[in-house]
Amino acid sequence: MSEKLKHITCDVAIIGAGPAGLSAATALKKEGIERVIVIDRETEGGGIPRHCGHPPFGILEYKRILTGPLYARRNVKTALSSGVELMLKTTVISLGAEGKLSLLSPDGPIELVAKRVLIATGTRETPRSARMVSGNRPLGICNTGALQSMVYLKNRIPFKQPVIVGSEIVSFSALFTCKKAGIKPVAMLEEKAGTSVMWPIKYVLNIIGVPLFLNTKITNIAGKDRVQSVTVVDKNGKEREIVCDGVLFTGKFIPESSLMRMSHLEIDQNIGMPRVDRYGRCSDPSYYVAGNIVFNPVKVAGKCWKSGQIAAQRIAKDLANQ
Amino acid sequence: MIDEQSTHTLNSDKAGENALLADVDVAIIGGGVVGCAVTRRMALEGASVVLIEKAADILDGASKGNSAILHTGFDAPVGTLEWECVQKGYNEYLEIHESLNLPLLKSGALVAAWTEEEEARFSEILKKGNENNVKDLRLLSSSEALALEPNLSKDIRAAIAIPREYVIDPWSAPLAYLMQALQNGGQALFNAGVIGGEFNGSEWILKTVRGTVRARYVINSAGLYGDIVNKDVLGASDFTIKPRKGQFVVFDKAANKLVRSIILPVPTKRTKGIVLFPTIFGNLMVGPTAEEQDDRDDASVDETILNDLHAQAIKKLPALAGIPVTATYAGIRPATERPEYRITQDKDRNWITLGGIRSTGLTSALGIAQHVHGLLTGQGAEFRKVDNPSVPFVPNLAEHLPRDCDTPGYGEIVCHCEMVTQREIKAVLESEILPAGSLSGLKRRTRVTMGRCQGFYCSARLAELTDGKFAKPIAVGDANE
Repeated sequence: MSEKLKHITCDVAIIGAGPAGLSAATALKKEGIERVIVIDRETEGGGIPRHCGHPPFGILEYKRILTGPLYARRNVKTALSSGVELMLKTTVISLGAEGKLSLLSPDGPIELVAKRVLIATGTRETPRSARMVSGNRPLGICNTGALQSMVYLKNRIPFKQPVIVGSEIVSFSALFTCKKAGIKPVAMLEEKAGTSVMWPIKYVLNIIGVPLFLNTKITNIAGKDRVQSVTVVDKNGKEREIVCDGVLFTGKFIPESSLMRMSHLEIDQNIGMPRVDRYGRCSDPSYYVAGNIVFNPVKVAGKCWKSGQIAAQRIAKDLANQ
Repeated sequence: MIDEQSTHTLNSDKAGENALLADVDVAIIGGGVVGCAVTRRMALEGASVVLIEKAADILDGASKGNSAILHTGFDAPVGTLEWECVQKGYNEYLEIHESLNLPLLKSGALVAAWTEEEEARFSEILKKGNENNVKDLRLLSSSEALALEPNLSKDIRAAIAIPREYVIDPWSAPLAYLMQALQNGGQALFNAGVIGGEFNGSEWILKTVRGTVRARYVINSAGLYGDIVNKDVLGASDFTIKPRKGQFVVFDKAANKLVRSIILPVPTKRTKGIVLFPTIFGNLMVGPTAEEQDDRDDASVDETILNDLHAQAIKKLPALAGIPVTATYAGIRPATERPEYRITQDKDRNWITLGGIRSTGLTSALGIAQHVHGLLTGQGAEFRKVDNPSVPFVPNLAEHLPRDCDTPGYGEIVCHCEMVTQREIKAVLESEILPAGSLSGLKRRTRVTMGRCQGFYCSARLAELTDGKFAKPIAVGDANE
């Protein structure tokens, strides 16, 4: 606390070095904005694609098919070579009026004042707890984000034979991750009557050999130290037990709007998303949003990248009109 | 100290079943909050002590899930030992918390009446508070209560303010107690469940799964297993544990600004009822339920009950409707067939049982520890108080006070939701006095993964940092490429 507070000023501060944030930063530099800083709390930039080890990424942006990690690196490289400053391992603690941000870095606190702030903090999956799922709380329960970062960044696995809850795009991304890592899911469960993805689901599931149970809800998780089984119930109320050693809760994305909830910015309480005008501007007009924090349902990386481009144009115009 | 190696290590089994692990004045069975407090008190009084815990870390039973309230004892049964221990424990906590770096959130509490029937019980509560020497209770009208807590539902009819009911850290406090005992010559044995014992007229030879412990006096603070320990070692127990589960719902930190006080219900005969309260970590919680069950370990949660708790919380505090849920969990109280504490002393066999310590245990633990010291000296035990005892430093986890991340040089933030640093995690894993023995122990000591994302962002890094440290790890193997 006795440390000296560092002061920084810039034209645009962007919170989150994922596809939307980096895309906006690069575009802002191209628009001739002088000082653009992207802040990310992780040790590396790139965002969620860093641990999506599969294609297709980058078709819209780079006219080629990349894996997530390659795409993430490319976004970082492009931003840096455009003159964007990237502040890693730096956490935004609070959002203040008129672009005043309190940051925390391993070297101490920083006060950053930006003419405009773009919030591109993305989204995360709803954990087991917030889904109010019954049962014990043993090891082996996680979201896709945790699974993929464990597999792709640390080369480790949290379970060997999990059930997958959900059948959104991300659930299939998780399925690929499992296959790659040697994890053998025993079932995919979907509460609704159908999956929410467009492509030939059955085909993919058949290839990988994972049964899909529609109209099926998880009603109990059993296991003392590690997951031992789950109980599921179908639409006729028929219960059955599935033996497994993990539960992967996929999707049900919620905007990563915690920072905004704790701030002066207005949140639409019903959807947990920031209240924005038609320009993507928040209740405090020095704040903008882009990417998955405002997409419902959640969109793929390319759409977030595009959203960053649009936000950059608006911010550049706004600054020019000042 | 007989077996230096086994004292502070967690999994050392080299001793074998007959090895003498400790030879002490006082052995304490059970590392819950009560056991930790008694170990500390007796160590400070100059006794040689050993805490014997069957799990890999402290607080693995009833003490891992409580309401984290420092009670004044305003509603305790008048004139009982429970009331006496609550008041003594409350006062001692206030005396020692600053030196041990333990937080105190001066929240105050409101007993809220939502119905005419509840309001009708107020005179009784006020009278009891007075008899219990809690003289600062104040009756508030509906508008006075709303002035104090404007986000509460307008349906509130009246309230009683209890200004000195506070919120504390339920895990750092017992940790500090045990650390102080260890720093002043005490020992702790983990993974050492007690399976039997014999008293030879002057001392006990306790059998654990790891070896034996010789002790002049034994304190049974085995919580949910208190009656079983008495049966296994003494041959009988004069009480039976009736496990009582309490489920909780934890709201996101955004809810914390909605209410300042602990919102207590009008208590019924069986339970204090469902409480809405701020936590020391900056969340807002609702719970606990009171569900009788046979199983002593089954801390499972139930969707219907969680949804009901959630709805009840929103009814009392409507603005909670838009706030996400961070966590759900359940704790189990070691209730018995009777409501009072089951504290007994067998003077012939130098054995004290601390049974049936339920929700007030977090507050009363320090008071119970004083009481135990009194019982032992009362039967002729003599100890020489430690001069200038060593005081441990327990890192702060409270949201309203500086955390480890506020001091530069922390390396990296591992858990972003709870701002847990790499330095903090390393310190707990590598502690020379009392390293974390399990993943849940590490969580209780750092808050890692306990925030809103529940491990979405940090599980991978945590799996890496804890690899090879615990018997029950996060990762079960390598990913085959």
